[in-house]
Amino acid sequence: MWEPLIQPFAEFSFMRRAMMGCIAISVGGTPVGVFLLLRRMSLTGDAMAHAILPGAAVGFLVAGLSLGAMTIGGLIAGMAVALLSGFVARVTALREDASLAAFYLISLALGVLIVSTRGSNVDLMHVLFGTVLALDNAALILLCSIASITLVALAFIFRPLVLECADPQFLRSVSGLSTITHFTFLALVVMNLVGGFHALGTLMAVGIMILPAAAARFWAVNIGGLIVAAVAIAIASSVCGLLVSYHFGLPSGPAIILLAGVVYGVSLTFGPVGSLAAPLFRRRVNA
Amino acid sequence: MSYALAFEELTLGYDRHAAVHRLDGEVADGSLTAIVGPNGAGKSTLLKGVTGVLRPLAGQVRFGTCTRNDIAYLPQQSDIDRSFPITVVDLVAMGLWSEIGGLFGLRAAHRARIDDAISAVGLTGFESRIIGSLSGGQFQRALFARLLLQDAQLVLLDEPFTAIDAKTMVDLLGVVRRWHGEGRTVIAVLHDAEVVREHFPETLILARDLVAHGPTAKVLTAANQFRARQMCEAYVGPPHDCGGYVS
Repeated sequence: MWEPLIQPFAEFSFMRRAMMGCIAISVGGTPVGVFLLLRRMSLTGDAMAHAILPGAAVGFLVAGLSLGAMTIGGLIAGMAVALLSGFVARVTALREDASLAAFYLISLALGVLIVSTRGSNVDLMHVLFGTVLALDNAALILLCSIASITLVALAFIFRPLVLECADPQFLRSVSGLSTITHFTFLALVVMNLVGGFHALGTLMAVGIMILPAAAARFWAVNIGGLIVAAVAIAIASSVCGLLVSYHFGLPSGPAIILLAGVVYGVSLTFGPVGSLAAPLFRRRVNA
Repeated sequence: MSYALAFEELTLGYDRHAAVHRLDGEVADGSLTAIVGPNGAGKSTLLKGVTGVLRPLAGQVRFGTCTRNDIAYLPQQSDIDRSFPITVVDLVAMGLWSEIGGLFGLRAAHRARIDDAISAVGLTGFESRIIGSLSGGQFQRALFARLLLQDAQLVLLDEPFTAIDAKTMVDLLGVVRRWHGEGRTVIAVLHDAEVVREHFPETLILARDLVAHGPTAKVLTAANQFRARQMCEAYVGPPHDCGGYVS
C-alpha cells in the first residue's frame, strides 16, 4: 500500500534530491511568504520573482547554466528593482506598487529577450519553469544555505518585523530598526526567490511562498501557528506534487504548485478559521 | 517653571508641504495638555515630530526634563493593522521594548508586569485573544496597557478616545489622571472640546500655525476655535475638511 508513496524516493536519487530541495525552499521561503501575505505584499513577491529574470539571464549569458553566476545575477537584479522602485516612489509622485510594476515588467521583457536571443527554448524553459528533478549537490547546498540564513535572519528581526507590519509608527517611536528591518526582509524575499527559481523557475518560485501562507490563514490564528502551518502545507504539497508528477508523468514544478493550490482551495472551503464553512462550525458548536 | 519640551520655529510636513508651520512654545514639565484644532491642522504631525518619526523641515524640538528615549506614544488606531495575528499579551509586551529590545526574551518579572498592566486596564482574561477579535474599546485598553509598561516621563496620545464606548473612556481618563498625578507630562490630541474643558488644564490650539496656547479656560474659546477654522480653510481647503470640533 505504501509502495507508491515510498518507492519513487527509495529508487531514484533525483527524486530524493528534488524532495530535499523542496523541503529547503519550504522551510526558508514559506515563513517569508507568511510575512509577505500579512504585509499585503503577496503581489510584490510575484513582481520580484519576475524581476530577477534579467539578472539570471545575464548570468546565463556570461557562464551558461552556471548556478553561481545565475544566482548572483538574480540577487543583483532583484535587489536593484526593489531599491529602484522604492527610490522612485519616494522622489516622484508615482506610488510604490506602480513603480514596482513598471520595473518588473521591464525586467521580465529584458530577461526573456536576453535568454531567447542567446539561448535555446530549452534554456528559456529552464529559467522560467525550473528543473526540480535535476538539482545537483551544488544547488542543494545553495538551497539549504539560503534556508539556514533565512531562519537565522528571521529570528534576529522577528520582533521588529512583527511591529513593522502591525504598528510601524510605534516601532519608529521606540527604535531605529524600522529601515534596516524593511531592507533585511526585502533581501530575504529576493534571496528565497532566487533559490526557488533554480527548482521551480522564476514564474512559480513565488507560488511555494504564497499559496501555503494563504492556506495557513484558514487553519491558524496567531503568527507562530501560521508559520508552522504554512511550512507543513508547503512540505506536504512538495512531496505530494513530486509523487503526482512521477506517477502521472506530469511536469514537477507545476504539479507542486497546483497541489498547494488544491490545499488552498480545501482550506478556503473547510478551514476552521474564517473559511466559507467556518460559520457552520460555529453554529454547530453553539447549538 | 521647567519644561518637558520646547518647540523652536518648528516646521513639520510631508513632501516639503508644511503641516505644522513655525511653531514656538513650551510644554511645562508634569503638565496635562490637549492639542486641538480642525482636521488637517497638523496635530498628529506634531506628535510624530516629537517622537522623531518625522524629521523637522525646519526648526527643532528641544527636550528639557525628559529625553527622546523617554516617550510613550499611542498612535491613532487607524495607523495600526488590527488584522495582524498577534495576541493581546504579545502586543502589550512590546511596551517593554526599552528593556528587552528586539532580541531578548521575557523573564518572570516581565511577565508579572505585563499581567499587572493588563489588569490595570481591565483586560484580564483577554491575554490570549487575537487583537483583531477585540472591540475598539478593548483594543484601546490594550494599547494603554502597553503605554503603562513603557513607564515614560512623556506620554503622547493621538486621539485616544476616538471610536470607544463611554465606560472605556471614563476608565482610560482615569489612567491619564493617574499619570498626571505621578508628575508625568501628558499631551493628547483630542476632538471633543467638553472632554478637554473637563479634564485637561492646558490647551494648545493648532491650525498649521499656532492659534493659542495656555490654560484651557482662557484658550479654548469660541473665538479661538472660529479663528482656527478660518486659518485651516485658508491653508487646507473647503470648510467640510475643517470640522473636527464637537464644541
